[in-house]
Amino acid sequence: MNAPKAANQPYRLPPSLFDARCQACWLSAGLLLLVVASFWSLDLQWAQFFSLDAARSMGRFLSEFFPPDLSPVFLKKVLIGAWETLAMSVLGTLLAAVAGLALALPASHAPTRHAAVARPGWARTPTRLVLNALRSIPELVWAALLLISAGLGPFAGTLALALHTTGVLGRLFAESLENAPPGPADALRVQGVPAGRVFWYATLPQVLPQLMSYMLYRWENNIRAAAVLGVVGAGGLGQLLAFHMGLFQMNKTATILGVMLLMVAVVDAVSHVVRRVLTR
Amino acid sequence: MTVATALTTSNPGLSLQLVDLSARHPAARSGAAAALRGVSLRVNAGEQVAIIGPSGAGKTTLLQVLACALPPTEGSYTLDDQHPWQLPRRALQTLRGQLFLAPQVPPLPPRQRVVTSVLAGRLPAMGLWASLRSLFYPGDIPAAFQALERFDLAEKLFERVDRLSGGERQRVGLARGLLAPARLWLIDEPLSALDPTRSRQAIATLVEEAQARQLTLVATLHQVDVALSHFPRVVGMRDGQVAFDLPAAQVSREHLTRLYDQYEHELRGEVLVVSDAPSAAPQPVAMHCR
Amino acid sequence: MNTSTLTPFPFGSPPLRDPAWVGRVAWLSVLVVLLWPLTVATEFKPWVLLEADNLRVSAQFISSFWPLAHSSEFLLMVARDTWRTVAMATVGVTLALVIAIPLTLLNTRVLSVSALSGRMARVPFLVRQAVRWLLIVLRSIPELVWALVFVRVVGLGPTAGVLAIALTYGGMLGKVYGEILESSGTQPTETLLRNGSGRLQAFFYGLLPTSAAELTSYTVYRWECAIRSSVVLGFVGAGGLGQQLDNSMKMFNGGEVASMLLVFVALVALADRVSAGLRKALG
Repeated sequence: MNAPKAANQPYRLPPSLFDARCQACWLSAGLLLLVVASFWSLDLQWAQFFSLDAARSMGRFLSEFFPPDLSPVFLKKVLIGAWETLAMSVLGTLLAAVAGLALALPASHAPTRHAAVARPGWARTPTRLVLNALRSIPELVWAALLLISAGLGPFAGTLALALHTTGVLGRLFAESLENAPPGPADALRVQGVPAGRVFWYATLPQVLPQLMSYMLYRWENNIRAAAVLGVVGAGGLGQLLAFHMGLFQMNKTATILGVMLLMVAVVDAVSHVVRRVLTR
Repeated sequence: MTVATALTTSNPGLSLQLVDLSARHPAARSGAAAALRGVSLRVNAGEQVAIIGPSGAGKTTLLQVLACALPPTEGSYTLDDQHPWQLPRRALQTLRGQLFLAPQVPPLPPRQRVVTSVLAGRLPAMGLWASLRSLFYPGDIPAAFQALERFDLAEKLFERVDRLSGGERQRVGLARGLLAPARLWLIDEPLSALDPTRSRQAIATLVEEAQARQLTLVATLHQVDVALSHFPRVVGMRDGQVAFDLPAAQVSREHLTRLYDQYEHELRGEVLVVSDAPSAAPQPVAMHCR
Repeated sequence: MNTSTLTPFPFGSPPLRDPAWVGRVAWLSVLVVLLWPLTVATEFKPWVLLEADNLRVSAQFISSFWPLAHSSEFLLMVARDTWRTVAMATVGVTLALVIAIPLTLLNTRVLSVSALSGRMARVPFLVRQAVRWLLIVLRSIPELVWALVFVRVVGLGPTAGVLAIALTYGGMLGKVYGEILESSGTQPTETLLRNGSGRLQAFFYGLLPTSAAELTSYTVYRWECAIRSSVVLGFVGAGGLGQQLDNSMKMFNGGEVASMLLVFVALVALADRVSAGLRKALG
């Protein structure tokens, strides 16, 4: 900690170009290079985008949004899609919370003040690897993969959400487990209580509010993800959206988008309220 | 008749012996002096001992060694003629199940209910299934009630722990001990958050219960008067060593003055009170892509 | 409080039942009752995965993961598309900055001159509300939907992906920038404005110095997110790694899928490292 200090400080040269202060310049130069190279290497069709043609088709697109198709038959279809999306997000999040917690246990060092009762932590690194792999593949890619085994439909979407979210929640859960105050768990460990029961009686009650809040946060995320998963055929509103947009039925697309935004807003509000109640 | 027979079948206490024992805290710097230096102590089964001494004397470290939470660096520690650190892991766990250590800060998860926290004392004797079921529906409400009753807390049975005051939490921590299937109670500063009247009541209850159950009780105390009036035997500690080890009646004013030399304010009972609210863990910052 | 603790038989009568019992059972039943329609709506039938047909197809697909595709031609293609993915993210975030910065400047309340004297004037107030709504619309529509739209306007290719990222991320950056600026100390800025400096001057001398690190850090983080997004956008035809992944999946070419997944995981891990390192360096 406190290294013994030299009697007199060594004489310091002024920082060189590669040093301290100019780290920032090098970083910015690198970033600038990255940006320039990116612009240069992508054959972006600005001409086409800013052409009269594109503007006209964009305008036609937008004008066809109105009026949205509010016929009862179609609205019912959209609402069923919305319910499916909602169900996917809820079930996916719940499954992920359970799986994430199960993986977070081996992925965390239980904090303890008494080294003598510490639990061996050999499983931590491999479990973290699994969690990282689950997390770094987006829901949509999982869904596309799962279509092969689970077939088209919301089931694949639910599983895809669950897999990706397991990775995210597992890591967050592991972090909160590691940050929990060690006192209550230590008291039980010193009494010779096995690790599993220590978790249920001491660690979980401490971190539960935080886990719930993470879960709700991910739910807000997942409702957005679930809404677009259907684009690859995994059910829900996204499937309707891709279908009607593919047929250029813009007024129907508008309805779907409207319902989608409304649903996301409602979920955000509900989640906000639930979080307030839980942390009371 | 006492509560002991109602709560558990009485099992005789553990005897313990320390020979020339030294221990250092794992977190301590390598240059620092060991927290315990050459401590020798023998406590017979069913004896009640108070440990007094100024802060930094090594009282807490001693309790941790006794609780098999901290292995000694030198010397030997025997519990009922067993060397805990030479036992296989499983046997050591079983042995730990017969100990009960109440730390100074009551180890209660904030949002747990008092009844669950108290019943947690029984975990060493409960199977996994029974313990999980008890989380959903408390397994033995009457036992928890009686244990709390002993500390005047019966009406808080279904209260949440974080809605209690610091003193109440500390007494819940002690009530947990009454339910533990323990043969040795190790109580660290049980009175740090209690007012004088409550202190006397609580310590009287503990000693009474220990005597009734023939348990061994080792308690560290800041309040010298409480130690002298309730415990038959008092051990004075200073600088990681035993300063005196006497029957309470033989501890003189002089002993105490020497023990608390330069710590007179602690002798007068001015001690730092443990902070009331449990400190909330810092929330890790979570960034999300959406 | 009773004082009977020390009397020989001190018990009051213990309560017979846990008062929370009814509530817990009720919540649990509600949960089960709610879970049921959820499983119906999502056609949640895990055993489908274990049906002989599906099991055979999955086993076939998974077993084709090995050996990984590694012909030099394929690897070159993957390398090119990986770069395109990164480039798409970078350009997207750059354009998002172009959108977000002016909107943030318009939106930030601290920079309002009229608000100095209590209430904001009518016109600036309306402008701010409009900007706020614009930001909400921009970020509420998922980037995938924007991409679907732009693919139809400008055709397949990275342009659609870049635009999609730019719009969605512009909305998100605008919102978060606003929050960061509002939460930093407003005193210096207000003083500058009161002393008659212009809005931009006040921004550069008052607001930016205190929150520059946080703003940059968040931008870098969004760049990391954009890399993930740009892979996903490939699935609707915006090019890059995602599109190749989609093609290989449709052809059931497990080896290629596995290689690309590995590259993608490595890319995300790398971006994560770089972003964390950058954010640390920027303090």
